[in-house]
Amino acid sequence: MKLMPCPLNGPRNIAEFVCAGEVKAMPDPATGTDAEWADYVFTQSNKADVVREWWCHVPTSYWFIAERDTRTDMVLKTYPASELFKERVAFAPKGPGA
Amino acid sequence: MPLGLLKFGLSRRYPEPRRVPATPDLKPHYDVVIIGGGGHGLSAAYYLSHAHGIRNVAVLEKGYLAGGNTARNTTIIRANYLTPEGVRFYAESVALYRELSETLDFNILYSERGHLTLAHTDAAVRTARWRAEVNKHCGVNSELIWPDDIRKLCPQLNLSSDARYPILAALHHPPGSIARHDAVAWGYAIRAAEKGVEIHQQTEVTGLRLDGDRVVGVMTNRGTVGAGKVLQAVAGSSTRLADMAGFKLPIRTVPLQACVSQPLKPFLDPIIVSGSLHVYVSQSARGELVMGGSVDPYSLYSTRSTLDFKEGLLAHMLEMFPFLSEVKLLRQWAGMADMTPDFSPVMGTTPIRDYFIDAGWGTWGFKATPVCGKRMAETVATGRAPDILHAFRLSRFAEFQQVGERGAAAVGH
Repeated sequence: MKLMPCPLNGPRNIAEFVCAGEVKAMPDPATGTDAEWADYVFTQSNKADVVREWWCHVPTSYWFIAERDTRTDMVLKTYPASELFKERVAFAPKGPGA
Repeated sequence: MPLGLLKFGLSRRYPEPRRVPATPDLKPHYDVVIIGGGGHGLSAAYYLSHAHGIRNVAVLEKGYLAGGNTARNTTIIRANYLTPEGVRFYAESVALYRELSETLDFNILYSERGHLTLAHTDAAVRTARWRAEVNKHCGVNSELIWPDDIRKLCPQLNLSSDARYPILAALHHPPGSIARHDAVAWGYAIRAAEKGVEIHQQTEVTGLRLDGDRVVGVMTNRGTVGAGKVLQAVAGSSTRLADMAGFKLPIRTVPLQACVSQPLKPFLDPIIVSGSLHVYVSQSARGELVMGGSVDPYSLYSTRSTLDFKEGLLAHMLEMFPFLSEVKLLRQWAGMADMTPDFSPVMGTTPIRDYFIDAGWGTWGFKATPVCGKRMAETVATGRAPDILHAFRLSRFAEFQQVGERGAAAVGH
């Protein structure tokens, strides 16, 4: 059994978690172009290196960030998302007809 | 006969000729350099040299011939996909495979078994019906069948309604087959080499030489070679090469594990797949049960195996074949699967001129070896992807024109 150190629940079986892919900057919801959104949604940097990813502990619905080496299968560091994301995303107000 | 064999074996001058030539020195320039000496790269080299008269070709392989994912798949060949684009493409591959032993004059041990995709839920029955109808529309032989007919095709299956996930129906695809993966690669390699294609093993690409937006050469651990055109066909290393070329891919590299049991007397004729139970299994010519499941739950550049995988896979195997509970595992392995968002491959031109890509083969690459080599050779020779590859172009993601094959390309969803 491989363990994932969850910032909320401590070390748990990695089967309890879901990996949701790399942390990347979202395009501006008000001004993002189709090309920027396609790049954000589909393109992967897919590095053979230390990567920073979103993970979720499914039983507690707790989202956090893990730093992991994709060459050695070692989890190096986990921490709450609030350490990276200090502010809420300001989504544009709904326009007329929305 | 036994004496003849003994004589053959003890002969000082072993009469079997060397089929694949030893790695020669690199020439300063090739018309086409193919990066990756697996099934896909060798198949492309074969069709370039045989169908397009391009013989000044080098295949560069960082390890040994067909030692990557060509050696790590579960050798299932089928065309029962979900989209018309996918069905048409894989149907051409099945047609080429059926004739391949004759075409190459090399026995690939092609064995037509029939292929059953089991449905354990109403949703899976609906998908099976959908696939059957798309298949028939495209001229591919597939039919939705019910437990009475499943029992006739595979009486060993546990069809009891007391099972945890009873089998409700199946998509039956009679052309489903298996073949000897090494023989496919060797056959292509031997015939390509006869036409002058050079196969360079232990030759790792370390960089690409670009002139503006055009590729002009390839750097390797054995020196730099000039190249008129370059094709990358490297399975689990696609992103690393695309990074060298300077463009991005919609690919995550995830381990796919598989295993075989000890050899058993032949008892399992069809290939059995269960999407809900995350299992596919066939019995090889040696009698081993070749078993695979879904890809690992997170990306990794490693071919390690895990106990989690085997526990999950084999528990589900026992649901379908309870009498196998005393059978032992013989071997396990993993390959690196390049997963795309829509479970379809990426083939054709790239943002770099004269640089072509054959990637994103996730868990569905072996069955496409002949058609992919043939059509990528056409692409390289003419500089333009043929119609049959158009749907699989790299730019489809930026255009939001994905080819969604998740319901047919993999298990575990």
